[in-house]
Amino acid sequence: MSMKRRDFIKLSASSGLLLAAAGPSVALARSEKKALPPEAMGILYDSTLCIGCQACMSGCKEANDMPVESFDPMKRWDTPQDLSASTLNIIKRYTDGDASVKDREQDGYAFIKRQCLHCVDPACVSACPVSALRKDPLSGVVSYHKEACIGCRYCQIACPFNVPKFQWASTTPEIVKCQLCRHLIPKGGYAACCSSCPTGASIYGPVEELLAEAKRRLLLEPGGYADFPLNRIGPGAGGRTTSRPAGRYTQHLYGENEVGGTQVMFLAGVPFTKLGLPELPDEAFVRLADGIQYAIYKGMAYPLALLGALIYMIRKGAGEAETKE
Amino acid sequence: MKRDHFKDFEARLGGISRRDFMKYCSVMASSLGLSTGLAPKIAEAIASPARRPPVIWLHGQDCTGCTETLLRPSHPTLDNLILDLISLDYCETLNVGSGHQAEAAREQSIRENAGKFVLVIEGSIPTKENGIYCKIGGKPFVKLVEETASQAGAIIAIGSCASWGGIPSAAPNPTGAVGAPAFLKGKTVVSIPGCPPNPYNFLSTVVHFITFGKLPALDGEGRPKFAYGRLIHENCERRPHFDAGRFAEKFGDEGHRQGYCLYKLGCKGPVTHANCPEILYNDVGGGTWPVGTGHPCFGCTEQGVGFKIPLHTQVELIQPTASAQLAPIIPSRPSPVTVRAAAVAGAAIGAIVGASAVALKKLKETPDEPDRSAKED
Amino acid sequence: MENNRPLGGRILTGPFLFFLTIFLIGAYFSAKRFMYGIGAVSNMNDGYPWGIWIALDVVVGTALACGGYTMALLTYAFNRMEYHPLVRPALLTSLFGYSLAGISVMIDIGRYWQAYNIILPWFSNLHSVMFEVAVCIGAYCLVLWIEFAPTVLEKVKADQLLKKLNRVLLVFIALGILLPTMHQSSLGTMMLMAGYKLSPLWRTGFLPLLFLLTALIIGFAVVIYESLFASVAFRLPQETPLLSKLATVTFWCLLLFMVVRIEDVNLRGYLPLAFDGSLVSNMFLLENGFLLTGLFLLMYPRNRQEPKLLFLAATALLLGGALYRFNTYITGYDPGTGWLYFPSVGELCITFGIVSLEILGYMWCVKRLPVLSAHQTA
Repeated sequence: MSMKRRDFIKLSASSGLLLAAAGPSVALARSEKKALPPEAMGILYDSTLCIGCQACMSGCKEANDMPVESFDPMKRWDTPQDLSASTLNIIKRYTDGDASVKDREQDGYAFIKRQCLHCVDPACVSACPVSALRKDPLSGVVSYHKEACIGCRYCQIACPFNVPKFQWASTTPEIVKCQLCRHLIPKGGYAACCSSCPTGASIYGPVEELLAEAKRRLLLEPGGYADFPLNRIGPGAGGRTTSRPAGRYTQHLYGENEVGGTQVMFLAGVPFTKLGLPELPDEAFVRLADGIQYAIYKGMAYPLALLGALIYMIRKGAGEAETKE
Repeated sequence: MKRDHFKDFEARLGGISRRDFMKYCSVMASSLGLSTGLAPKIAEAIASPARRPPVIWLHGQDCTGCTETLLRPSHPTLDNLILDLISLDYCETLNVGSGHQAEAAREQSIRENAGKFVLVIEGSIPTKENGIYCKIGGKPFVKLVEETASQAGAIIAIGSCASWGGIPSAAPNPTGAVGAPAFLKGKTVVSIPGCPPNPYNFLSTVVHFITFGKLPALDGEGRPKFAYGRLIHENCERRPHFDAGRFAEKFGDEGHRQGYCLYKLGCKGPVTHANCPEILYNDVGGGTWPVGTGHPCFGCTEQGVGFKIPLHTQVELIQPTASAQLAPIIPSRPSPVTVRAAAVAGAAIGAIVGASAVALKKLKETPDEPDRSAKED
Repeated sequence: MENNRPLGGRILTGPFLFFLTIFLIGAYFSAKRFMYGIGAVSNMNDGYPWGIWIALDVVVGTALACGGYTMALLTYAFNRMEYHPLVRPALLTSLFGYSLAGISVMIDIGRYWQAYNIILPWFSNLHSVMFEVAVCIGAYCLVLWIEFAPTVLEKVKADQLLKKLNRVLLVFIALGILLPTMHQSSLGTMMLMAGYKLSPLWRTGFLPLLFLLTALIIGFAVVIYESLFASVAFRLPQETPLLSKLATVTFWCLLLFMVVRIEDVNLRGYLPLAFDGSLVSNMFLLENGFLLTGLFLLMYPRNRQEPKLLFLAATALLLGGALYRFNTYITGYDPGTGWLYFPSVGELCITFGIVSLEILGYMWCVKRLPVLSAHQTA
């Protein structure tokens, strides 16, 4: 029985050694928190200002040439039930009880806009084996490049918000998600959802300014008249505003810190979990996975060491006899 | 209505055929929200001379626009008829006489018809400094209204000014102008707001009263529900554009030319109760109302909207609840389990378990017993 | 060193034709998949973008193909030459298992014609766990073919080539141990990315270790299972003494796994979750039930001498280990917003077709190539 014990010791020693060495590196090498890109652009969506008119949905479909998704056989109305390969941006409704009062959790209703959040530390970018999803180093927009994509759909698993969608019905499928209308930027345009929004629920602008605007709103007196910018803020904005009573906000800016921060952020009058936005830690999940990978495979040091050890052990074992299978 | 009955007052119609008259009564019925089967009853009421209540029409801080609007209905001979239908005992705009004689006629009518006449008030009532800012015949309007209203059988406030104060009540309201319902607290006052109101709203209310002996259903502010029960936004012909998110951004832009929704240009339709998009104005066809011509509604009927919120300032929507067309947070999804798939999966699991069980059985109990009977498999 | 010999005999037996039929059905659905798109054949959706093609064919399939890995580890790394007879059949299974996992991947990914993008340096994302898994698996397939080459070369009697190969085989054997260690653990790391979408019953920083351990456990168990099954199927002597030793090693790996697995869930405070009666918790109990059954069976040295009990234990471990991996990828995964998944008939048939192809290949190879050890075939 001593041989068996020796086997066990050898086996566990090697793996233990590996882990022991990797362990502290794993714990420490949770890769550093990513910083906001220098010219980060984003969207601030304010559920209390949203009237559910869906102008952003039709603006988005038009700007991105997306097809209508409809239950109606004559396809007169665009009625997607969720983000999909045909829908980059959707307004959903929350209802409770008799749904009679806006932005009230009980017996009330509220709206939420769902689209890609363009995370500061995107899980999809880290997950994609072929860099088909990339984060622009200046604007921070997470874009998709079909010439690289192999259609493995790991990005769908990795995204904490379930944003990337797949063209299941196509023989040459692509991943589909909001790209912040980056194709309109050279023509001086900006996110179509924001340019369509009549009430200022969705505004586009530099993330720093959106953060400041959101913080200002959280301090407003509920019911007191205040000015709200329309369409966009920051350089190049028209400066149009609308004046109306401020809503009663849930005192939290969603996306400020969730999974390392996102460039599309949310304000609402009901708890975010009711609106389908999950409660997430400040650290991106990708950091842990990345950390483990990094610790073990940093410069391929450990693998090469292990390879060397294995070759040594095999050669020693082969000894006199040739290593013949 | 019977032909011979019609003949009795055919002369007063000035050449209108019986058919056109019946058509008019049907239209009147439907604009009241009543069945057109009641048209004959309305016709009877109009034709019957017995039920012609006297009317005292008072003007306060007004522009006379509301009187003017009543002259616009399509068949001029008909509005004469309606005015004949009611015995207009006093109306400053239409009185033949004036001065002390006119006032005397008014006082006489009030005395003779106490409790039975209809008081129509046009224009707001200034209350500051004992109402010196509007005097008729040397008498403050406030006093006039008090005295007259105390004797009236029914009170109708025509126009926004009389309903809630209108233009004179706009900030800073230097004369302390108020509407008749606010001034005549405790009394039932029918309001027909608008600047000016659609004349058919007034006419239909009066005809309803004459036909059925009671006023049509009123809302909390005394407005007839048939006319003011819904928001303009609910019946606007541009609503499909709003629902599809198509807005005019600037006057004259492509969206404006295409007739898109004017919400972004400050349309007050979403917060204004009126029936303008349904009955339009002047009987000259479609599009004859502000939004139809391309300018946003400014909420002339609605207190707190008209003459208060700037013309091109966007308003918040009044929504009863979220549109059912929107997707819920968690949509219902069909179950992917089909009988066939479950059967196939089950069969596979069964096969594996079965094969393993068979192999298990065939394994030799004691180890190392070679099987000599090596047959082909 | 014993000699290896082809088993000989008729290829077109009843079982062979049975599996051929299943393969053809799978081929039909595969054709449909390529002609009409993935959605036409499978039930995968935006909530469950990975179905059984990944969870079973790749994640469980490569573990079932870890026989080659475990045998190489024991035989060459730990210099236990007595396991040598088990090496070639294990290698054969590994070869087919991994190659067919690769074929499954080709069928599963949407833009398969660009699959080579993964090795193009301007596209490769070294940060991606999947990149590492894909490259490792690809490299390992290559290594397996090279490790199996001596068998083929022996058959065609290419002695010169064989001699040359044997000189460098050492490196490939070492790689054949390193590469699975890397990618089998990374298969665990992959699901760490799912974050909160993975149930706390499976989500842990120990996923890489647990996946590596299950790869070893399943690798050992499959060798035991296959060896005993082949003995029955091909009427060969049972290699019980060797298998008993293997079972002992398996037991210790399994013990380590169970301790880490259960204690991890317990220390994080989620053990009560396993008993709430939902499908997810019942699958957790089932998975651990199988593994604990195997553990208790293998605990007693006497049991490890008994072929029937060995076989039973191996089956339990295969089921438990496979279920553990399947649960990590599908059962324990819930994206929220009401998505549901159950494999479609097409998906199932393609998976069965691929497994059948492997069995067909195995059948052919053991009969025509010197795979099985001589004392068995004598």
